[in-house]
Amino acid sequence: MNRMPAWADAVLVPLFSILLAALISALVILAIGEDPVEAFSLMVDGALMRSSGWGYTLYYATNFIFTGLCVAVAFHARMFNIGGEGQAMIGGLGVALACLYIPWPHWTIALIGATFSAALFGAAWAFIPAYLQAKRGSHIVITTIMFNFIASAVLNYMLVNVLRPPRAMDPATGPFPEATHLPTFQDMFATADNPLFRGSPANVTFFIAVLACIGFWFLIWRTRLGYEIRAFGHSETAAKYAGISPVRIIVVAMLISGGLAGLMALNTTMGEAERLVMNATEGAGFIGIAVALMGRSHPLGVFLAALLFGFLYQGGAELALWTSIPRELITVIQALVIMFTGALDNMVRMPLEKLFLLFGRGKRT
Amino acid sequence: MTFFAKTLGTVAALALSAGAALADPALIYDLGGKFDKSFNEAAFNGAEKFVADTGGSYRDIEIQSEAQREQALRRFAENGFNPIVTTGFAIASIMGEVAKDYPDTKFVNVDGWLPEVPENVLLINFQEHQGSYLVGMMAAMASESGKVGFIGGMDIPLIRHFGCGYAQGAKAVNPDIEIIANMTGTTPTAWNDPVKGSELANAQISQGADVIYAAAGGTGVGVLQTAADEGILSIGVDSNQNHLHPGKVLTSMLKRVDVAVYEAMKAGEGLETGKFMTLGLAEDGVGYALDDNNAPLVSDDMKMAVDAARQQIIDGGLNVVAYYDNDSCPVLDF
Repeated sequence: MNRMPAWADAVLVPLFSILLAALISALVILAIGEDPVEAFSLMVDGALMRSSGWGYTLYYATNFIFTGLCVAVAFHARMFNIGGEGQAMIGGLGVALACLYIPWPHWTIALIGATFSAALFGAAWAFIPAYLQAKRGSHIVITTIMFNFIASAVLNYMLVNVLRPPRAMDPATGPFPEATHLPTFQDMFATADNPLFRGSPANVTFFIAVLACIGFWFLIWRTRLGYEIRAFGHSETAAKYAGISPVRIIVVAMLISGGLAGLMALNTTMGEAERLVMNATEGAGFIGIAVALMGRSHPLGVFLAALLFGFLYQGGAELALWTSIPRELITVIQALVIMFTGALDNMVRMPLEKLFLLFGRGKRT
Repeated sequence: MTFFAKTLGTVAALALSAGAALADPALIYDLGGKFDKSFNEAAFNGAEKFVADTGGSYRDIEIQSEAQREQALRRFAENGFNPIVTTGFAIASIMGEVAKDYPDTKFVNVDGWLPEVPENVLLINFQEHQGSYLVGMMAAMASESGKVGFIGGMDIPLIRHFGCGYAQGAKAVNPDIEIIANMTGTTPTAWNDPVKGSELANAQISQGADVIYAAAGGTGVGVLQTAADEGILSIGVDSNQNHLHPGKVLTSMLKRVDVAVYEAMKAGEGLETGKFMTLGLAEDGVGYALDDNNAPLVSDDMKMAVDAARQQIIDGGLNVVAYYDNDSCPVLDF
């Protein structure tokens, strides 16, 4: 711990990881005969230099904040919830049912209602694996990933057989009523002379994600439950000795985790598509794992990591639009960032620690 | 909103007039990806034919996420591409919305359905059940075990539509025939999972199927491979897949997405829009493939029977029930 100052651990390690990933990506782009500098400037230009680009970056980031927090809360209780994808799908079902079958008078009330519904459905989906882990010892990694497939099948059944409007080919619900449409950034910030965020999907859900970050911080570091979760995560036996019930912590942490994953559906389903489509989650549940790892399970870190992945997604779309770099390679670039920040953490950390040790010793003598 | 729509319209018009001299068409593939040896690849082939024949050029994108559908449509429209051709039903509803903001751009979608078609949108649909009926007949005639198989991609109405036509064709030849139908999955990965396709084909073979029709995009590659390895016949879909395993693929149900894309791109800004276009047997939009690779497999009797049925369907004497008509299939349960 004391080998490296905290700021270096939080800032330098991720920074070097990203730089390394960028370097290797550049080599890959060079290898297929494209210009990496041009590719990078296209990404920055498309994702950060135009307000509509920001609109997409923040839209993706909103998804990743929710799923990142979902994974992070489970991490604090030393559980690996890789079922964010399925929990978000079922959360989407909750959003759709709330929006379609309850006649909301105004979007603000609809948003509150749908938020509860999404969290409830997501949490309910996480409850079963949580119960099985707590009471039966079925490993949470196995059960949550299996539940992703079950969620997908449930959603498919509901969309194809129950919610699909007649004659439509797309396995999707009909459009949500007008009163449930959430204001986008364009509605909120664009003025007559300054059409900001034109056509981009970022919407009011982003602020819910920011609120979720703050709430997460408060829960984990400022409440008794958060303390119990962390204590359980550090040592189950010590937590038991202190009178903390493992069953309760596992179930509660997973319920919060599933609820956060479910909230992601607000953004894609209610905010963007304004109907529930089959593919609403698009792997954000899995990206959430990388986001939580990179963000060190801290809400600020998760927020920044989610922004980075939002940038990669939106920048990747720009690359796909205006260059002939194949989409598989764009996935490779995204995967490189995940690999360096998530899996190869120690590769950067250990040399850095050595550097700091050397430097520190040098100063003393 | 109205003001915004106006501003958008002006911007779009400006962008259009700026690039009017070089209004290239654009092509947006569905999530399955460009090289799926099937549906999207047929669209790609149509676009390449357009380049070869006219010397023109086009820009295309393989989208990676749902939100990119709207993004790609808008970015192409803003940059003066015209017409913008899209494949797959999933993009249709968002295209209907976007099209209203760019009245001078023509939008084309293959497979989609909209309750109302905007003025500048053309929706191209294929009568897949008619083509599937014909290959179903051929499957029943080629089968010796009295059991034929169907392997669909993702379990959605469109694929049930394929399966339903196939089952009707098979039953028309042999009322006692057994049809073993399986879907690969319930997620979009079902379109590109050749390993699972291969497993399903093996399972159907062990149940006695000796002709298997794969309507599963890239997954079908695995079905055809396994069928060829196990010495039974298979039927390809969308593109002509007879060449993949010469002498082992009975035929392919052609869905001429390539022709639709080619014609749309060639028509350019003069494209007639604001309507549905339905391409069936009569328009050669669907059909069965016959070439050197499968000629030895298709007997004269088979060809005569199928061609007679084809003519009957075109004349209206034979009605193949569409799955969509009442969201169920009269001869097959899914």
